[in-house]
Amino acid sequence: MKRIVLIGCLAALLWSPSESRAEDWRDGLPFNLHGFVEGGFGVRTQNDPNQHHDINYAELRLQLEASKTLESAEFKLRLDLFRDEALHEFNADLREAHVLFTPGDFVDLKIGRQVLTWGTGDLVFLNDLFPKDFQSFFIGREESYLKAPSNSVKSSFYFDFFNLDLVWNPLFNSDRFVNGERLSFFNPFLNRKVGEREELSSREPETWLKDSEIHLRAFKNVNGYELAVYGYYGFFKNPGGFNLAGEATFPRLAVYGASVRGNVLKGIGNIEVAYYDSLKNQSGTNPLISNSQFRFLAGYTQELLTDLNIGFQYYLEHRVHHDRFIANLPPGALAQDENRHTLTVRLTQLLLQQNLSLSLFTFYAPSDGDAYLRPIVSYKVSDSWSATLGANIFTGDSQNTFFGQLEDNSNVYTRVRYSY
Amino acid sequence: MRKIFLVMGCMALGWISGPTVESPAQGKSLSVQDIVDRSNLAAYYEGKDGRAHVNMTITDSQERTRERRFTILRRDNKDGGDQKFYVHFSRPSDVRNMVFMVWKHIGQNDDRWLYLPALDLVKRIAASDKRTSFVGSHFFYEDVSGRNPADDTHELIETTGQYYVLKNTPKNSDEVEFSHYLLWIDKTHFLPMKAEYYDKNAKQYRLVEALKVETIQSHPTVTKAKVTDLNSGGHTVSVFSKIEYDLGIQESIFTERYLRRAPRKWLK
Repeated sequence: MKRIVLIGCLAALLWSPSESRAEDWRDGLPFNLHGFVEGGFGVRTQNDPNQHHDINYAELRLQLEASKTLESAEFKLRLDLFRDEALHEFNADLREAHVLFTPGDFVDLKIGRQVLTWGTGDLVFLNDLFPKDFQSFFIGREESYLKAPSNSVKSSFYFDFFNLDLVWNPLFNSDRFVNGERLSFFNPFLNRKVGEREELSSREPETWLKDSEIHLRAFKNVNGYELAVYGYYGFFKNPGGFNLAGEATFPRLAVYGASVRGNVLKGIGNIEVAYYDSLKNQSGTNPLISNSQFRFLAGYTQELLTDLNIGFQYYLEHRVHHDRFIANLPPGALAQDENRHTLTVRLTQLLLQQNLSLSLFTFYAPSDGDAYLRPIVSYKVSDSWSATLGANIFTGDSQNTFFGQLEDNSNVYTRVRYSY
Repeated sequence: MRKIFLVMGCMALGWISGPTVESPAQGKSLSVQDIVDRSNLAAYYEGKDGRAHVNMTITDSQERTRERRFTILRRDNKDGGDQKFYVHFSRPSDVRNMVFMVWKHIGQNDDRWLYLPALDLVKRIAASDKRTSFVGSHFFYEDVSGRNPADDTHELIETTGQYYVLKNTPKNSDEVEFSHYLLWIDKTHFLPMKAEYYDKNAKQYRLVEALKVETIQSHPTVTKAKVTDLNSGGHTVSVFSKIEYDLGIQESIFTERYLRRAPRKWLK
């Protein structure tokens, strides 16, 4: 299907009459063309015994974005081509290739490869089960690369009383999770940290239609307060279990949740809840499959002073059958807590007529005793050029906690981008 | 870029037009409150709805320029009351297709959203401070979407052949950076033509000017406006084009549906 959509887009782009705005060297193109060229470089701040090289991010990237709007439909193609020097390969990442149209007044359809996001968290996702790219996020690529694209049919229905989004992925898309290739992690099956020599092998659901995913959201805006309920039927997005061969697996998962967001005091408040129903381990007794969880998020953000924003979040993951989890742990396996609490703080200061941005995002999990800091300084040199300097700092008391396992991956990076 | 929302400020002195005709002779009998109310309607509420293309040139103290280009849609719930704004960016390239949406409320905090296309993310923006730069320009959010007249006390200090000159003093001086501002309101169409802002030492530090007024669909409308930061020497000029009133923009345009999917028909 991807191919058909792609051919459709290209055909539309190439053969339809132009209605695009004329601009500079793009004059005469029958479609809009934009994008950027970006160089990025990042290096670990300490030696990682599980990785050969200290450089885990070194690339030159070209993004091409072509779009075309017709009376009846909109076409969009966004493609990244890059030389990835850390992995010594040329690579391509098709970010978007879709068509959007309105078959009826109250329906929008978006078909093809697309990036999807919903939910109320800031870098914390409960009911957003669309694929994430944690590798990009942790090595210093631009923040929007945290979201990976999926091949989807998205139908949106707008009724008087509420709105409904229905997303169907004919084939499961997993997260681009940390697997040792570029970033080391704690392998619970081996009970130690592993890196590039012991990449996680995984067994993903791969049968079209049978291994499809459904994402649902019903939402409504009541006087500026955004209410939503969510549903998901698919699989764990990152490894939710292991088989006896030590391969990571993606067991069946259903998620049900709700959220509300709106003005509170002088800022914005949000609350989101979700129940992660581990369908292959509902009793909680199977040590090879993740247990069901209840998740809760509360957040508040406010402009403290002119151009200074601060945001707080509290996030809880609660294992539903913790006693059974403990009772069925294999001998020698490390027990995890029943509750994992995480606090996040985001500080953003804009300076120099908003061309200089200083920001710090901090995750701190007191129950796990680990933390993750993301300081970023970025400067818009001109409308076309921007430069960024940042770091990903992981720290933790033990090597098997969420951020603690990533400690050896702490890095600093820089990026320079020319947008056109 | 989060401050994109400030762009709205441009609207204040910008494309929104003034009500037609009231003879200067009649004007003389107007109370100060009448002048303030008429000016508010002239500057921010002309027509039931409207659209304008805005080309903003930001010049810093070292004469370096940056550009912002966007289309703005406005719809009034009622004259002098709540309004909705939709701002769709086309330049520079890194903010292309970003959308900033505001539900402006009188007497309570506005609702503000930002749509980031690369993530397909609908973000909610906390913005209690309305006197912040709009998208890095010298316009403030409040210049464009309008400062609530009830937030100041107004005093008519001079009437010239062409203008009413009002001195406006904030009721709560902790919330703003000025001690007062002077406003030159045109006696024929009631558009504010010039505003001078003074700091706590009574020194003028900021100047907002309407550089060009055109009559569009019988509404006198500011089509070129300039803000100058007298301390740094930086300034921003906004040019408004393709202005149209009473297009019949539905309220549904100002919802999440059209954040995620730009309403091309209205943005042309």
